[in-house]
Amino acid sequence: MTMKLDAKTPSGPLADRWSKYRQEAKLVNPANKRKFDIIVVGSGLAGASAAATLAELGYNVKCFCFQDSPRRAHSIAAQGGINAAKNYQNDGDSVYRLFYDTIKGGDFRARESNVHRLAEVSVNIIDQCVAQGVPFAREYGGLLANRSFGGAQVSRTFYARGQTGQQLLLGAYQALERQIHLGTVKMYTRTEMLELVIIDGHAKGIVARDLVTGEISSHAGDAVVLATGGYGNVFYLSTNAKGCNVTATFRAYKKGAAFANPCYTQIHPTCIPVSGDHQSKLTLMSESLRNDGRVWVPKKKGDARKPHEIPENERDYYLERKYPSYGNLAPRDISSRAAKEACDAGLGVGPGGLGVYLDFADAIKRLGEDRIRERYGNLFEMYERITGESAYEQPMRIYPAIHYTMGGLWVDYNLMSNVPGLYVIGEANFSDHGANRLGASALMQGLADGYFILPYTISDYFVTAKQPKPSTSHSEFKKAEDEVAARTKKLLSIKGKRTVADFHRELGKLMWDKCGMARNEAGLKEAMARIPQLRQEFWENVNILGGDLELNPALEHAGRLADFMEFAELLCYDALTREESCGGHFREEHQTEDGEALRDDDRFAYVSAWEYQGPGNLPLLHKEPLVYEEVKMSQRSYK
Amino acid sequence: MNLKLRVWRQKNGSTPGKFVEYQAPNIVPEMSFLEMLDVVNEELTRRGEDPIAFDHDCREGICGTCGLVINGVAHGPLSATTTCQLHMRSFKDGDTIVIEPWRARPFPVIKDLVVDRGSFDRIIQSGGYVSVNTGGTPDANAIPVPKTVSDVAMDAAACIACGACVAACKNASAMLFVSAKVAHLNILPQGQVEKERRVLNMVTAMDEEGFGNCTNIGSCEAVCPKEIHLDFISQMNREYAKALIKRGK
Amino acid sequence: MSNVTRFYKSSLGKKYVMALTGFALFGFVIAHMAGNLQIFLGPESINAYAAFLKSKPGLLWAARIGLLAVVILHITAAIQLVRINRRARPVGYNDNKVVASSLAQRTIFMSGLIILAFIIYHLLHFTFGATNPDYLQYHDPLGRHDVYRMMIAGFSNVWVSIFYIIAMGLLCLHLSHGVTSMFQSLGLRRKAITRSLNLFARTMALLIFTGNVAIVVAVLTGLVK
Ligand SMILES: Cc1cc2nc3c(=O)[nH]c(=O)nc-3n(C[C@H](O)[C@H](O)[C@H](O)COP(=O)(O)OP(=O)(O)OC[C@H]3O[C@@H](n4cnc5c(N)ncnc54)[C@H](O)[C@@H]3O)c2cc1C
Ligand code: HEM
Ligand code: HEM
Ligand code: SF4
Ligand code: F3S
Ligand code: FES
Repeated sequence: MTMKLDAKTPSGPLADRWSKYRQEAKLVNPANKRKFDIIVVGSGLAGASAAATLAELGYNVKCFCFQDSPRRAHSIAAQGGINAAKNYQNDGDSVYRLFYDTIKGGDFRARESNVHRLAEVSVNIIDQCVAQGVPFAREYGGLLANRSFGGAQVSRTFYARGQTGQQLLLGAYQALERQIHLGTVKMYTRTEMLELVIIDGHAKGIVARDLVTGEISSHAGDAVVLATGGYGNVFYLSTNAKGCNVTATFRAYKKGAAFANPCYTQIHPTCIPVSGDHQSKLTLMSESLRNDGRVWVPKKKGDARKPHEIPENERDYYLERKYPSYGNLAPRDISSRAAKEACDAGLGVGPGGLGVYLDFADAIKRLGEDRIRERYGNLFEMYERITGESAYEQPMRIYPAIHYTMGGLWVDYNLMSNVPGLYVIGEANFSDHGANRLGASALMQGLADGYFILPYTISDYFVTAKQPKPSTSHSEFKKAEDEVAARTKKLLSIKGKRTVADFHRELGKLMWDKCGMARNEAGLKEAMARIPQLRQEFWENVNILGGDLELNPALEHAGRLADFMEFAELLCYDALTREESCGGHFREEHQTEDGEALRDDDRFAYVSAWEYQGPGNLPLLHKEPLVYEEVKMSQRSYK
Repeated sequence: MNLKLRVWRQKNGSTPGKFVEYQAPNIVPEMSFLEMLDVVNEELTRRGEDPIAFDHDCREGICGTCGLVINGVAHGPLSATTTCQLHMRSFKDGDTIVIEPWRARPFPVIKDLVVDRGSFDRIIQSGGYVSVNTGGTPDANAIPVPKTVSDVAMDAAACIACGACVAACKNASAMLFVSAKVAHLNILPQGQVEKERRVLNMVTAMDEEGFGNCTNIGSCEAVCPKEIHLDFISQMNREYAKALIKRGK
Repeated sequence: MSNVTRFYKSSLGKKYVMALTGFALFGFVIAHMAGNLQIFLGPESINAYAAFLKSKPGLLWAARIGLLAVVILHITAAIQLVRINRRARPVGYNDNKVVASSLAQRTIFMSGLIILAFIIYHLLHFTFGATNPDYLQYHDPLGRHDVYRMMIAGFSNVWVSIFYIIAMGLLCLHLSHGVTSMFQSLGLRRKAITRSLNLFARTMALLIFTGNVAIVVAVLTGLVK
């Protein structure tokens, strides 16, 4: 099969493309909509909003999630907020500015047309959410409040306390539950998609496992939508929920869908550090803390003194020193790498030396403890709950952690992958954030895709593709079911010596060390040599107890890990072949004299879309060149 | 520290369960409660014993998936804290910890400590939303909402549907959960149109699921990790009667 | 489904019935106590009061029937609610402690049942004279039923008095939760008034206890003869 990557971007002036597209899009007759079955895998912001909207339009929808309720999808954890170019604050925001900031923030590695459309529909999202009853923060006058987020120069972030993702997801979830009640969506909770079924080159359904009974079933649809989130857990420790996985997108990749830019992973600088080998996940502390906290490490290696015993002149406020104009507010990737450098140099604090101080002593002296409590009380409480330490009395310890993955399945302007009928939305696709995502933009993208883009673009496929109605009696379904069953049996039959978590920890550590915040050729090659060995050991020595016809969390985890084990290699390979530094991808070989990321626009202004070539073979690289008609690429500087 | 666990083990919904004792040696105070169970499970796996099944996902107190009754208290001894956010420094060396699943007829046990909370989703299906389709909504600032109103709506909307209120209530009543959703939507201008229908249908759905009723005890409020308070129950009682009277006319 | 059946079929409707009937009973108990406290004013006062009540048979019977209906509703709803609650938790916990609860809250049904037993005994005792038929033959010099003497005779028996005192204790317990609960069930409680409401409930419960027990103790100690 040869792969064609046609982004299908409409022509004409950038600002008019989406309206032009909508005017010209082919529509399905209302009476015919219910004849189309759509499978939506995932019930996060992207999946829930898509499933609800498609059902409202009249399509027949089946929606899947592995949690016990669609409301528990990982989107629920987002804290900070959601961007929209409403310009309610009259501070000069506009669709164009949001578009430009997103492109620039993505280090010029995203597609202009998609990003502009995202900025356009951002305003509708807020209207929609408010109508659903999302309790966004408000001013005393009754109008919506905004804040500036992630270094943006305008206040365009809408928020609902520290629970924005939760509230947005509840809005989408409620819309989804309403459709379930109306019988237009059939919801499958605790059901995991394990295979994509392709018939005559078109995506026609999925095979899924009921996590409670273990039953494997086939589901046919005229289109399949993947909204399965990001793959941050390939690093084992991340701010993602424990269940986040690459399985759905990776199985699609193995069936022919192109995986784009897997090496674009984002690190968040302010997470609570690891406290020991038992650590199962990392918790993010809002970046807003850096507004008042000062980051430092001791100047002396292995300084065992308590923080307050270390005198001022023996502390290194390294962000303030290296980036005098931005100081403690230097961007995510820069401050993350600076923390890593300090710890690599043996200056780290706390258990294992993997942490730096974020000190509020000066702020407390300046503003008083009450003001600090007012601003960060919740965060300080959360910190104390986890670490048992009071940040009023001693500095917080923080460390960067994997937070978001910009890479994902390649999609065109319609959000369709290179496999016809397979759509990918939300964090699961690669589309809008380029090499780096701006704060508060993931929620915006998930909802834009689900509420306002996919429902328009999918009809075009139904009208033009004219595909026969799929049926689960087709032999491809049977084949896929057998594959899933065989895989499950195989995993259960190994009965080796090591636990699934044990393997996952090892994979994660390897990825973090060799393909984490900073990458280099030797390390990546080392990882690529080690991963297949680890994978082999996994398939020979993993120990999963229990059976397949019951709730078996270890089996679920093992299946996901098995995919991570293969995916990790793809990630490293992408990182190895992208010989430049951009956004979340930092290659040590490619940096300026002062350690800044050095992009190579001449050689790498393209999207890397990888095609699976069978087990044991390296994937094939396809390049989608990135053409900038509207903006000029520039190098950022935060000195 | 070394702990003794008494854990409810149950193969599935149709087999009776029982308590089984386990040792949890070398537990450190920095571990979260679920990490302690991870450690125990890894040891069980090494010994060839079926690990303990429990629900969890975000492990940061927001998704509402986790939930254990720890020494008789839903989500354990720390107030306003989910099970996943509870850390072992709340226990001491030598403690015996009894761990049980949520107990309620509408929350049948699936396995060990995992229960099925689908009844909560069905209650939401009966009316826990504003019936607006995507698109065609007015500008977000078209209807000003007093900050005090939206703050209260947010207080109510903070519920994570963990089910601890049901687990803790002596009557296995879901009033705190249901009233929080009713309050969240009924207080906002956007929720006014369906105000009566919402409360009537959600209460009916709640009753049909087999939850108990509220005898105004307050255990639910005491264990709620999101500090949802009893005023919402009072408010729902009032709105229910008002809705019936209004519909009667 | 008519609104009334829908209302009563729902858990919230039954709670409304509990609260409204509870309120009526609460009112009766206060009024009844006020009437009985006239014992301290001497036989004339209380006997006249009793005779006055009986002089209006229409009103009396209306009140009696109303009261009976209220009691039946209160009890029926209570039993139905309790059954639903028991069914809602088929498997209990290892240690069935109830977090953040008071004794009054946990025992509301038991205290109610014992109060019911008390009411039945009490009616047999004083109203129907089933336990002591001679009580109904007591007449004062004016030929009225000598309620004063009946009460003194009744509470001269230590065991009877003890039972009354225990029953009043339970009534006090029942009301110390019941009165706040009533406001919550009717949707009238708010955080801001909770403390005053709790105080009100406890004070009222205690007042009712003290008032009623004072009568029993006064007779027992010979203060009232
Ligand atoms: C701690 C944290 C804070 C964040 N804060 C912000 C913020 O402030 N602003 C912002 O814009 N972004 C933020 N983000 C990023 C943002 O939350 C996510 O990128 C976004 O919510 C992803 O949404 P989604 O719908 O694509 O996927 P998810 O919400 O991850 O949903 C995935 C869905 O897919 C289902 N699924 C997955 N695999 C399978 C399978 N194999 N079979 C069946 N179902 C499957 C899951 O059950 C789930 O329903 C944050 C992220 C984290 C981790
Ligand atoms: C004179 C006698 C009684 C009085 C004054 C009284 C009063 C009250 C009041 C005010 C309430 C609160 C209602 C509410 O919660 O909304 C109540 C509740 C209750 N009563 Fe009674 N009651 C009496 C007798 C009984 C009897 C005989 C029973 C027994 C079977 C009983 C059982 C209950 C129960 C189970 C409740 C529910 C408690 C709750 O909802 O919190 N009561 N009562
Ligand atoms: C120590 C406390 C009490 C005393 C001394 C007392 C005394 C009496 C007396 C003397 C009568 C008979 C009146 C008459 O026949 O003329 C009576 C009737 C009655 N009492 Fe009490 N009572 C007490 C407590 C209660 C309580 C707590 C209740 C209810 C919960 C109650 C319910 C009744 C009822 C229902 C009647 C019958 C009224 C009627 O004739 O219809 N009493 N009481
Ligand atoms: S009300 Fe509180 S305890 Fe109940 S489900 Fe919501 S968050 Fe959990
Ligand atoms: S504990 Fe139960 S009785 Fe009511 S106040 Fe809470 S639901
Ligand atoms: S695991 Fe999400 S709230 Fe505990």
